[in-house]
This record gives sequence, structure tokens and C-alpha cells, in this order.
Amino acid sequence: MTVTGYVPHSESDVREMLAAVGAATVDDLFTEIPEDVRRREPLELLAGLSEAEVVAEARRLAGRDTPATGLVSFLGAGIYDHYVPAVVETVVSRGEFLTAYTPYQPERSQGVLQTIFEYQTAICELTGMDVSNASMYDGGTALAEASILAGVQTRRGEIALSAGVHPEYRQVLETETAGYGPRPRTPGLRAGATSDLEALAAAVGEETAAVVVQQPNFFGALEDLEAVAAIAHEAGALFVVVADPISLGLLEAPGVAGADIVVGEAQALGNAMSFGGPGLGYMAVTHRLMRRLPGRLVGETVDLEGRRGFVLTLQTREQHIRREKATSNICSNHALNALAALVHLSWLGKEGLPELGALCARKAAYLRQRLLALPGVAAFTEGPVFREFAVRLPLPAAALVDALVPEGFLAGVPAGRVAAGFAGRLPKLPAGASDAPGPSGLDDVLLVAVTEKRTRAELDAFVAAVGGVLAKAGDADA
Amino acid sequence: MADETYPEDLRYFKEHDWVRVDGEDAVFGITWFAQDALGEIVYAELPAVGDTVTRGDSYGELESVKAVSDVFSPLTGEVVEVNETLQDEPQRVNEDCYGQGWLIRARMTAPGELGELMDAAAYKRFLEEA
Repeated sequence: MTVTGYVPHSESDVREMLAAVGAATVDDLFTEIPEDVRRREPLELLAGLSEAEVVAEARRLAGRDTPATGLVSFLGAGIYDHYVPAVVETVVSRGEFLTAYTPYQPERSQGVLQTIFEYQTAICELTGMDVSNASMYDGGTALAEASILAGVQTRRGEIALSAGVHPEYRQVLETETAGYGPRPRTPGLRAGATSDLEALAAAVGEETAAVVVQQPNFFGALEDLEAVAAIAHEAGALFVVVADPISLGLLEAPGVAGADIVVGEAQALGNAMSFGGPGLGYMAVTHRLMRRLPGRLVGETVDLEGRRGFVLTLQTREQHIRREKATSNICSNHALNALAALVHLSWLGKEGLPELGALCARKAAYLRQRLLALPGVAAFTEGPVFREFAVRLPLPAAALVDALVPEGFLAGVPAGRVAAGFAGRLPKLPAGASDAPGPSGLDDVLLVAVTEKRTRAELDAFVAAVGGVLAKAGDADA
Repeated sequence: MADETYPEDLRYFKEHDWVRVDGEDAVFGITWFAQDALGEIVYAELPAVGDTVTRGDSYGELESVKAVSDVFSPLTGEVVEVNETLQDEPQRVNEDCYGQGWLIRARMTAPGELGELMDAAAYKRFLEEA
């Protein structure tokens, strides 16, 4: 056995440990494993490198990437390019927070518990709900947990999931709940890209555990939450809203509209746009559903001397006590990401969050209007938009995105790339739209997200660049 | 909490439930022994009116500060009433387990099962042997 700098045991350590257990060689420890499945040759690894060489190689590899920060980005579809104030990194980099895993002797970690409690409070204020858990992995898994909860609560086996919910969330839900959670049915959208309420109502019945819509939905259209709440509650189903937390400074809280469960992705609050995550799922419920809420939950209390303190509470919900009857096996959370969200929210404050939302909405409306004025670009959504909107292009959306990268723009997310599952659930194409839509019917649809970071000059330059690509494509066709 | 008692007019089930027969109905609750073993009860999850309960199967859960325990049905029947006051005052189960701490009222669909329940003396012997 070769001892390297990455293996913490010296040869004498290894000899000593082998002697203690009465083995002659490390291989002797593996005699239980059948010979024919054991690897005989050494792993084909490169020779070791010095630290300096490793850093140089890592830099070379990283240089092949084009970071979003180096381009003017309109990427969205769930993950957004908001400004993260420096105070976020300053606070989350403190060793007390950065190195701590989920507290196993929780009441010793009053600081961590206090931040989680304050995060839960912020989520409740934003969503208009009674109880938030300590956070989840991402928006998709939070939605899957919501549907499992609804199934347990109502003892019903189906979820009516609007086609306006992020298609990747639907895939996560289908994967995570396969075998025991309620099965999703997905009624389609109407023209204008909002949920078709008649189709939704028709998909709801005695077996419906929950009705789910996203606000704003995947295409950026605003759903009528009160109307969907009525459809859900009339059938005795729960009403689940997937909500963008940044929008909640501007839009009415889903709790006010009658939501029983609100979940979503909170990366946009203080967290980086990392490929593959970590994301930040949030989940909040009404008081009635509190005992079915998965995950950790921090409560405020007083100690024997009357001093304010924090505890993990209602742990009898969790799988280490409730065993197979627990709603969920989730027993951890994304504490550091939740802390980043909390610091960002605190920095924004009561006035800052609505201001941020208004900035996004104004800039998005401006860009949408300018893009729709270009020849061949058509609206995909109706009504006001918040920060992101879908448009139809006279060419495949992926082609426009590719053409604009060299000009310094990430034009957005081609809807067809993430929405293969939309087949058959879309409204009929408006007249004059693409003649040759791909299998999903969305190949010419581009999702464009506009955060507060985008300047007027960037938006105008982007419109000019899009116009240039469209003109060139038009010339090629002529 | 009241003193340990096992009223003579009740029937008892081995899962530490009591039954009070009232015409075609039977009222269910848990015994002094059960509430003492569970400790301070903070939440009661009970079935809905119209649900079916089956002798020997779980029909609800009682949550104490440290654990959640199933409540097993001593008889088969249909739920006709649920003790709603336990939603806000679950501690009634501790304070008055044979009175205000009752759990559900069921319409018996297999009254013959009554014969398999214990009387107070038999239940007390059962507790001593356990």
C-alpha cells in the first residue's frame, strides 16, 4: 500500500492498527469479499502532483468555463442572477456557521438555532403561512415533500399539478414519490400560458390530495391563486403554491389566497448560481398541517431563569421518533444557504424587498416590450410579468442563445431544453408562430429573466444584438 | 393526574383501551395505566366521523412529549363521534382518562367481540402479570 500525502495514516500507524486487530496485511481485512469480484490491478491513477501543480491544473480547467459573471446574463428558469451583498459572505464565512453541520446536540448551538428561527420567521412573513421548517434541499424536493404531506393528510392518491409548474420539479416529484406518494396528473395551460382552470377543475376529484400551481409560473405568467384555491378546497384537496420568494415582496402572500402549503426555491435570496447546487428549498404550512411538516423545526422558548432561548421542537414528527409513520425521512436542512437567505433579506429589509421586486418588474416589462417590437417576436404570456417572461422567436431559441454568447450575452433559457415533458399540455400555437415547432412545441420559446442587476444600457444593447441576429436569420431565409 | 383506577362498569382490551357500551354504540378511551406510561399528552390524532375502525388495528395516535403511540381499536365499528375538545386540550386524556379524556364513539358492527374483552378484575390481573 502506498502512503500519500492525502492518506492520514503513516505506514507505522497502519502496522500498529493491523497488529491490534490481528491482521497481517490490509488485504486481509477484505477476505470476506469473494475473490472473483476483487480488483487485482492497482487503480489507474496518474502519479501524484505537487500542490502548486494541482492548483495550476485546476486553473486551466476552470479557464475553459465562461462564468455568468463574465457575461450579461438573462438566465433564469428557477435560478436567478441577483446581486448578493458583501455582508452575506461576511456572515456566512464565520467559522461558527461555516463549519457547523446540522446540530446533533442542538441546544448547545444557540447561535445556529437562532438563525434558523429567524429564517423560519422570515419565510412565514413572506408566504403568509403559520409554520416554516428549517429549509430543504431545493425547490423540487420541497414540492415532492409537499405532495407526500398532502397524500398523508388527505389519504388520497393523486396530485393535480398545473403544467405551469417547473417541468424539472415535476420530474423530481415523480422520482421521489414513486411507489408511495400520490401520482401527479398534469392538466394543461391555456393561451397566455396560465393554468387552464377548466382543465384543472376537471382533473380534480375525490382522489385529489392537492392542487399545485407555481407563482409566477414557469413561463412567467401570473396565476389566479384565489380561483385555484377554490377549486382545490371545494374538492377537499390541499392547495399548494410553488412561489418565488423575491416576488413575494410585490405579490400577495399565497397564504392570503388560501394556500395550505407554500414551497419553492430560494437560491435567489443570497445564494450563488452554482451549477448543480446547492439550492435552497423552503417549505411553509398552515397551523393545521404543522405536525405533518417534514424536516427540522426550531422553536423559541424561555429557560428556567426566563431568558429567551431556542430549541428543536415537535421532534415527534421526525423519523428518529416516529419511525415508518413519519411523513418524511428528511431530517437535515441547508442551514448555511438558509442563513445566506436570511442575511440577504435582513439587508434588504421591509422596504428593500418590495423595491427590489419593483425594479425587476419594471426592467422585465421594459425589455419584454422592446423585444416584442422586433419583427417576428411574439408574446407567449398574457398580462403583467414579474421578472421573467417567455417569448416566441422566429428561429429556434437555442440558435439565438448560441449566436449571442460571442457578443457577451446569455440570452436566456430555451424553454424546449427543460420542457420536453410539456408535449400535449401546451396551448395551441398562436397564429403566425413557428411553422416547425420541435417535439415539445417549445423550441422557439425563450425564457428571459431580468434582475435588478441589468442596466438600461445592457437591456438596449441586448435588444440591438437580438435584432441583429434576427435580421441575419431573415436574410438567410430570403 | 387522577389516582390509579379501573372502573367496574367498563370493558378492557389488552392494548390498554377501555370501552363503555351505550346501546348500539361504544365509547373508547385509554386506561389509567396507558396514559401514565405515555406521560404528558400533547396531541391526539383521531379518525374522522364515518371512518371504519377494526378490532386490533390502529385508529389514531397519541403524541406525548417524547413519543408517538398508536391507539388500537378494541372493537370493530364505524366512527360516529370524535372528542373534538382534545384538539385544544389533549391533556384531558391525562387528567380524566375515563371521562372528558374519551377518544371516539363508534357504532358497533360486530357486538359479539364484546365477549372477548376483559372486565376490570381481569384487566387488573393482566396488568400484574405483564
